[in-house]
Parts: sequence; structure tokens; C-alpha cells
Amino acid sequence: MARPRASNYRIWLLLLPVLLAACDGRPWNNPYPREEDDQNIMYSSFSERPKHLDPARSYSASEYQFIGQIYEPPLQYHYLKRPYTLIPLTAEAVPRPRYYDAEGSEISAGDDAEVAYSVYEIHIRPGIRYQPHPAFATDDKGRYLYHGLTREEIEEKFSLADFPRVGTRELVAADYVYQIKRLAHPRLFSPILGVMSEYIVGLEDYAKTLEQAYKSRDKGGAGKFLDLRRYPLEGARVVDRYTYRITVKGKYPQLVYWLAMPFFAPVPVEADIFYSQPGMAEKNLTFDWYPVGTGPYYLTVNDPNRKMELTRNPHFRGETYPREGEAGDAAAGLLRDAGRPLPFIDKVVYSLEKESIPLWNKFLQGYYDTSGISSDSFDQAISIGSQGDIALTERMQAKGIRLQTAINTSIFYMGFNMMDPVTGGYGERQRKLRQAISIALDYEEYISIFANGRGIPAQGPIPPGIFGYREGRAGINPYVYDWVNGRAVRKPIAEARRLLAEAGYENGVDQETGRPLVLYFDVTGGGPDDKARMDWYRKQFQKLDIQLVVRNTDYNRFRDKMRNGNAQIFIWGWNADYPDPENFFFLLYGPNGKVKYHGENAANYDNPEFNRLFEQMKNMENSEERLRIIEEMNDIVRRDAPWIWGFHPKSFALYHSWYFNAKPNLMANNTLKYKRIDPRLRKEKRAQWNQPVLWPLGLLGLLLLALVVPAAIAYVRREHRPPAVRGTI
Amino acid sequence: MLAYIARRLLYAIPILIGVNLITFMLFFIVNTPDDMARMHLGMKHVTPQAIEKWKAERGYDKPLLYNGEEEGLTALTETIFFEKSLRLFVFDFGLSDDGRDIGHDIYQRMWPSLAIAVPVLVFGLLTNITVAMLLAFFRATYIDVAGVIALVALMSISSLFYIIGGQFVIGKLLHLVPISGYDSGMNALKFIVLPVLVALLYGIGSGGRWYRTIFLEEIGKDYVRTARAKGLSERLVLFRHVLKNAMIPILTGVVVLLPLLFMGSLILESFFGIPGLGSYVIDAIQAQDFAIVRSMVFVGSVLYIIGLILTDISYTLVDPRIRLS
Repeated sequence: MARPRASNYRIWLLLLPVLLAACDGRPWNNPYPREEDDQNIMYSSFSERPKHLDPARSYSASEYQFIGQIYEPPLQYHYLKRPYTLIPLTAEAVPRPRYYDAEGSEISAGDDAEVAYSVYEIHIRPGIRYQPHPAFATDDKGRYLYHGLTREEIEEKFSLADFPRVGTRELVAADYVYQIKRLAHPRLFSPILGVMSEYIVGLEDYAKTLEQAYKSRDKGGAGKFLDLRRYPLEGARVVDRYTYRITVKGKYPQLVYWLAMPFFAPVPVEADIFYSQPGMAEKNLTFDWYPVGTGPYYLTVNDPNRKMELTRNPHFRGETYPREGEAGDAAAGLLRDAGRPLPFIDKVVYSLEKESIPLWNKFLQGYYDTSGISSDSFDQAISIGSQGDIALTERMQAKGIRLQTAINTSIFYMGFNMMDPVTGGYGERQRKLRQAISIALDYEEYISIFANGRGIPAQGPIPPGIFGYREGRAGINPYVYDWVNGRAVRKPIAEARRLLAEAGYENGVDQETGRPLVLYFDVTGGGPDDKARMDWYRKQFQKLDIQLVVRNTDYNRFRDKMRNGNAQIFIWGWNADYPDPENFFFLLYGPNGKVKYHGENAANYDNPEFNRLFEQMKNMENSEERLRIIEEMNDIVRRDAPWIWGFHPKSFALYHSWYFNAKPNLMANNTLKYKRIDPRLRKEKRAQWNQPVLWPLGLLGLLLLALVVPAAIAYVRREHRPPAVRGTI
Repeated sequence: MLAYIARRLLYAIPILIGVNLITFMLFFIVNTPDDMARMHLGMKHVTPQAIEKWKAERGYDKPLLYNGEEEGLTALTETIFFEKSLRLFVFDFGLSDDGRDIGHDIYQRMWPSLAIAVPVLVFGLLTNITVAMLLAFFRATYIDVAGVIALVALMSISSLFYIIGGQFVIGKLLHLVPISGYDSGMNALKFIVLPVLVALLYGIGSGGRWYRTIFLEEIGKDYVRTARAKGLSERLVLFRHVLKNAMIPILTGVVVLLPLLFMGSLILESFFGIPGLGSYVIDAIQAQDFAIVRSMVFVGSVLYIIGLILTDISYTLVDPRIRLS
């Protein structure tokens, strides 16, 4: 008998772990490391790499999903209560403004005209500490270990993990003031500098001061760090260790909403000094990529090309889960964790998934805890009943998946350029033309075809969930809808034709010139889905015998057209920054016109009466009087119809059975801390759903054999033929 | 040979300048510096002042190719083209428009691209040559006809079908490997199996046909007849003589491909979540990040030139009749 050779043993020893691994019931397709199986880790994804993680610069949802968990502005939105309610986060209380006249005397809030300044004094809770970070690391004498590194020392560092020592310190009011100053930093390009300069006292001049300081610093060769502590800002001052004061011009009640956004989160100066050292940027070690915050999580893996990891901040102060919510929350199990310390999850792993199909399949396999629903997978996930009722398909229900929907605080609309001689203007002729088109464009059909029913037709600029939105009959747009049998019904096309005829375009022909009415629709993007959409738009205009010419162009040219006022009809959208009607009505405020003032009023709508009411409404507290003005403004814009109001999208989110405390909150960015998972249940389900199926491999092997054997026989036969025969084939 | 290589390297300089100029013009025809600024500053609340500051900060406030306000040589050097291009020639790619070091990013993302591309090249070459040799061996038989039909069918199907089909069957139905993702070190193995299989399957169609054509052309030559006349078996004729003489066209195709391996595969990387250079370029184009696009085109051009020189050198290795001078 032949003895097995030593090398054979080695091969079997090498293969043994693999074979054992294959037999332990762990799914082969599990993309995560084995040691994470039982851990309290949440798995999520991101489709777009974040551009900025600096709270002075970040301004998109793809960035907020990370920094919302890291940075803590003074205020936050209550997780469960609706309408959206501001509550303190690091602050002791939601600040109430004090008002002053031009002479500096405190006055009551009554007379807007007399209010020259509003002062918000914010008290921070003591004892809040920053995440562990090398910027805080000190030696025994309290000297910072990593603030004076040489280029050679930095040369050896590739990530924050390469700095062996970390430290922390207490959050103080000066950190908040420092961040407000950073909004004006000449090299940060904060997107809200323009807006805030209109309100925060001295910020506009402060930006100029810093610009000068930065230039002279360059000449002096003082490195990259510009020490903002040396330049006081009148509108943001430290009162004491835990108190700071923001002074705004006039009244600006929306400031408190901004105070719930990362723009107003604290930034420790140590971090700025640490990252500004020469050589750090070349290693991609920048404040824009490695945030430093006090929140429940901190960024431990920052590889935007592959994955991002948030880990529980060991210094987090122990905020607790809310004890109250809105009606139905208790029944939905959303108060089961009331009073328990946050956060519940130890680590969150975000993997880059650019394509929706792999993302969806991995969700179904249990490798992502939550998912949205793309158009590709909508039919797999959702069944729509004969009455339009939405439910999960049986397959999803069998997996224990749960669905939650919410109307987004956003709007997608079709706009008319009000400076255009045909569709624009404020005369009766142009108004009726726009009203006629508004009726003809059947957005109920649009939502059904192109959004799988995920949306509701808009009746005006304000979406549900924002003060001023009215349900039912009182809330409909009477120029487009009738109230019939308890619901809004789009007016018949005959009504639109009548309006069109009154506008002087009977049957789509200009009565003055005798020429057919041709309108131009400026769009961007030209994929297969877009073509179907454009065809649909053309058909809607054809209902009125109006020819719609689609002018497709790339995004840059489209924006040029919008800026120059060369577009006639366009589609646009807006997502709320904060839950206040001002954040939607300002899109129609004349002095925000895109062409004249480079503002966000893309339609360049400019109605003096509307402008007057807007100025009156924007500074008011929510009240009956404010609601009355809002309704008046709604009526004006509905009559003028600068937009076809389009629709408010509805988001659908799916959660696995091991995922708890999920409630859509469209305003808050920091909801991760409330979420809880059951890793044991997840592990069971994953194993149950993902057992490898091996018989097709055997079948494939047999098939290959069936191909190889005859080929081998043919080969042997040919090799044994005489050479002459071989050569003639 | 050294003189030849030196001459080829010198020829590369005007080529690289030309490629850089064309990239520059194509990019800025579509994207003006203002567009780039708007893209980077975001969608909301972007002021003209912020745009001007962004451009000034990154040197996009100068004229593109010719500065009319300057005189002499400065009219050419005080331009975006000159300032952005010069450093490339010493492989200093600088920072991307969002502030990340491009050289560092390229270095990091090169490895995942190579982790997919190298096995695809090696196994693809072996598979394609084996299939082609088999078909050449059974030439003009039913096996050959059936094989060619199968190859044509394989190459006629979109790569997207293989990707989605592979993910569906192997990842979703059979649960054998992760559907997508990537990890470092040995943990990357389970993630690269599926993309490599998909790429191999997709490549067999065109590769097999190409090599079969090469082998058939060689088989018809006189030296093959001589080999057969000597009484060599068909196996020896194919492997010892035909394969060796077919190496020149094979090498031409393969060596030119080598540098492009670094550049990654756009669709494959996107669907399988591989953080390679292919997705890096796509992301940069979408983000209108000229600094990355320019650097990657430059790197691609340099690698391509190196690949062509290597091809020429490899000819001398496989064919002693060829001398580089």
C-alpha cells in the first residue's frame, strides 16, 4: 500500500478550515466577516460617495446620513411627535429670542417694524464630551501630542488609526461660536454663508475680514491654519463656558430650525489645528473627511470607495429614548424602549452599492436591514389592490418584512418662466393659458405610471406635514380641481379648452396670428425612461391641441438657460430644509428670482401682493393669523399658476423583522440612535434563507463531462489516424 | 534596443501633450469652470460670489488656453491648461476638486481593479487559447461548427446580461458567493470569484474566436505541413509549433491590454461594488471633477504607450528574426 506523502497532509490541513467553514451552517454568500455574525451591528448602504463631511459644507442627504449621527447641533426634532417639534439636543432648552430696537433697548415681539435685532441665548448642558480623537491627545503636562508634527512624521500616517494616542474634552459654548465663524471661512465655501449673512449680524463683513486675513497669512507663510479665535464676530459671541449668543438682524424665527442642522454643530478648534498641519491633506487626512463630534457615533472607517463605519461613541452622555409620541405610537411598539439609554446599536456598516439590483437582492437575503424600493423591484415588493390600497406582497410578508410609507416634505413641479412672452406675464390671457395647461396635465396619471403610485398630487406649494397645508375641501386648488363626493376631482378637459379659448388660443391656434400654439419644454437627461416621460408630456399638451417641443440638453446648459431666463417650461423640485411654509413660499418670492437675483425662484414669479404677504408671513409664529395669510398667498399663486403644482413624492421603506423603532422622520438627520436590532434573529434568518444550493454544480459537472468525454474519444481516435488522413481534414 | 526605447519615449511627449490638450478641450466644451463650481458648491443657495471664490481658489479663474491680458510666453503659461497640465508630466496629480489627493486615491483603487483584472487576463487567456486550440484541432467538424456557433452566441449577449444573470443565479438562487461587495486581503477572494467568472464567460466568445482564427491561419502554413510530414502527432504540431508561432498576434493583443488592466472595468466594478479605478473615472465624470478625469486620461495614455513599447520588445523575445533599431 502506498504511504501518503507529507505534502498531501499539508494540503488537507490547509483545506480543513475551509471544509469546516462550509459545514458550520454559515451562509457562503455572507459578505461580512464571520466575527460580526453575533454582534449588534446594523448593515446599511450608500449609493453615492459623500463629497463633504465638514458640517460647514455638507448639505445633502448622502452626507447627512453620516454626519447627522456624529455632530450635535444645539437642537433636534422630536423623533416621534408630529407635526415636527423642535426639542433641545445639547442645549438646555429651545431658545426664545429677545427683541431689541435700533437703540439697543429690549422691546416686545409685537411690532415687527421696531425690531432691529433678535438675540438667541443658548445654554449648553455641561458634561458633554467629544469622541476619542488624536487631536485631543495630550502628554502628562497637558501639551498636545499631535499639534506640531513634522512632514516626516506625517509621512508615516495614512489614517487616524496610525495615531496611537487619543483624547477627549468637554464641549463648550466656544465650539459653537467657532463653527458659526467657520461658515465665513474663505476656503470652506459654506453653502449657507449667503443666507446667513442676511441675518447674522456682522457675518457678511466677517467673511471679508477673513478673506483679507487669509491672504496676508499666505504672504506670511504661516501655514494653512487661520485662527478664527483672533477675529471676533459680532453676531456670535461666547457669554460663559456653557452659554453663547447669536444676534440676528430684525426677526428671523426660522433660525431655530437652522439650529437643528449640522451647520450649527460644534467644532473643536483642536481638530482644525490638527488637520491644518502641512502634509495632512496629501494623506487625505482632512477635517472634511474625518469628522470630530459629540454625537452617539463616530466615524471609524472612512473609505468612501467601499464602506463607512460608525462606531458607538464611548463618551456619549446617555440620552434616553423618548417617553411620548403621537397617537398610535405605543400600539405600534414605538414606545417599548421608552426611557432606555441611547444608542442601541454598537456599530453601523455602510457599504457602497451603486446599483439597485444587488442592493435589493442583498436586502432579501438579510444582508441589509432596511431598503427602499426601486422601480425595478416595486412589483416584487408591493401589491396594489383594486381600490388602490397598498400592501406588501405575500413573499415579503412571509419573510416578516414590514413596510412604512411617508409623504415627503418636498415637491416636484412644472414651472413656467414668468418672463417668457407667451407663458409668462400676469395678464388674463397668460393666466388662463397656464390654468388650462394645469388642468390638462393629469398628475394623478403621472404618479400612477412613472412613480408606481408613490406620491400625491400637489394642491399648492406646501406639502403635508408643513404648517399651512390643509386637508380636504379647504385644501384643494379650485382652479384645477372640483370637490366631488368627498374627494378632489380634476376639472374636465372641456374646462381647460374653454380657458384656452378665452386666452385666445382656441383649439390650440393663436387667434391673433392664426398660427398653431407651440410651446417649448426644456429638460435634461435623455434615457429610455425619459423618452416615455416626454411622450407622456406631449400627449397631455395634445389634449389642448398645443404642440409641445421638447428641448433636451445636458444639465449644465439647462442650468444656463434657467439662469438666463431662456427656458419656457421646465420641471424642478424642492426638498424642505425645515418644516416651515417660508421654506416653500420663498421659492415664489420676487426678490428671489433666478434671472435677476440668482435666487431659488426658478419661475421668476414676481407678484407684488404675494411678495408683501410673504414678507409679513415669514417672521410670524404659527397662528391663526399666519394661516389666514398663507391661505391668501395660496390663492394668489393658484390663480396665477406660475407652477403646475405637480406632486409630493411618497417614500416607501422596508424593514426586516429584526429591526425595531422605525418611524419615518423626514426632518431629523440623527435618527440612527433610536434604532434597535435583534442580531440573534437576524443570524437565524440569514442561515435559513441562504443555504447553498449545490446540486446545480453537480449537474454542471455532468454536463461538462458529457462534453469532454466524446471530445476526448474523438481526440484519441484522430491521434491514431494515419498522418495523411489527418492532413486532409 | 536602448536607443529605440529612448526614441519611443521621446515620441511619447508630444503624444501626451496632444492627448492632454484634446481631453482638456473636450471637457471644457461640455463643462465650463462655472459649471464645475456650481456642481461642487451644491444645488441650494449658490451665489455668484461663491462661484468666483471657488474658481479663484482652484485656479479656474484664468483663461482656458490663451491669456490675452498677458504678453509673450506668459500669455500661454498664465492659463488653466498650462497650470493644470504641467505637473502631470512629473506625475504630480494634485488634489481633486473635492480636496482629496488623486495620487493616493489612484494607488488605493488600483489594487481592487487589478484583483479582478489579473485573474480575468490569466484565466481568460488560458481558457480562450484552450477553447481555440480544441476548435482548431477539430476544425471543419461538427464540434468546430457547434463551438463557433456557441462562441458567436456568447459574444452577442450584452455584458450586463452576464452580470445580472450571474448575480441572480450564483449569488441569489444558489447562494454560493456574495452578490456584490469587496474586502481587503484574502477576504477579497469570495467577492472576486463571481465577477471573474462573469468576465471570463463574457470574454470566451470573442477571445475564443479570435485565437481560433489565428491558429487556423498558422495551421495552413508550410512549416505545419513539414512538421506533419516528419510524422509528428497533431497534438505536438499544435502545441509545439502552431502555438509558438501564433504568439506574435497573441502577444500584440495581450501586452497592449496589460496597462489597461489598471484602469478597471466600468460596468463590472459598478455592479459588483468593486472600489476600483473604473468606478473612480465614472464618479469623476459625473461629478465634473476635471482634475481626476485629466489625471486618469494621462495615466491611461502613459500606460498605453508603455504597453506598446513592451509589445515591441516582446516581439524580439518570441521571434528572433525581429531586431529593434
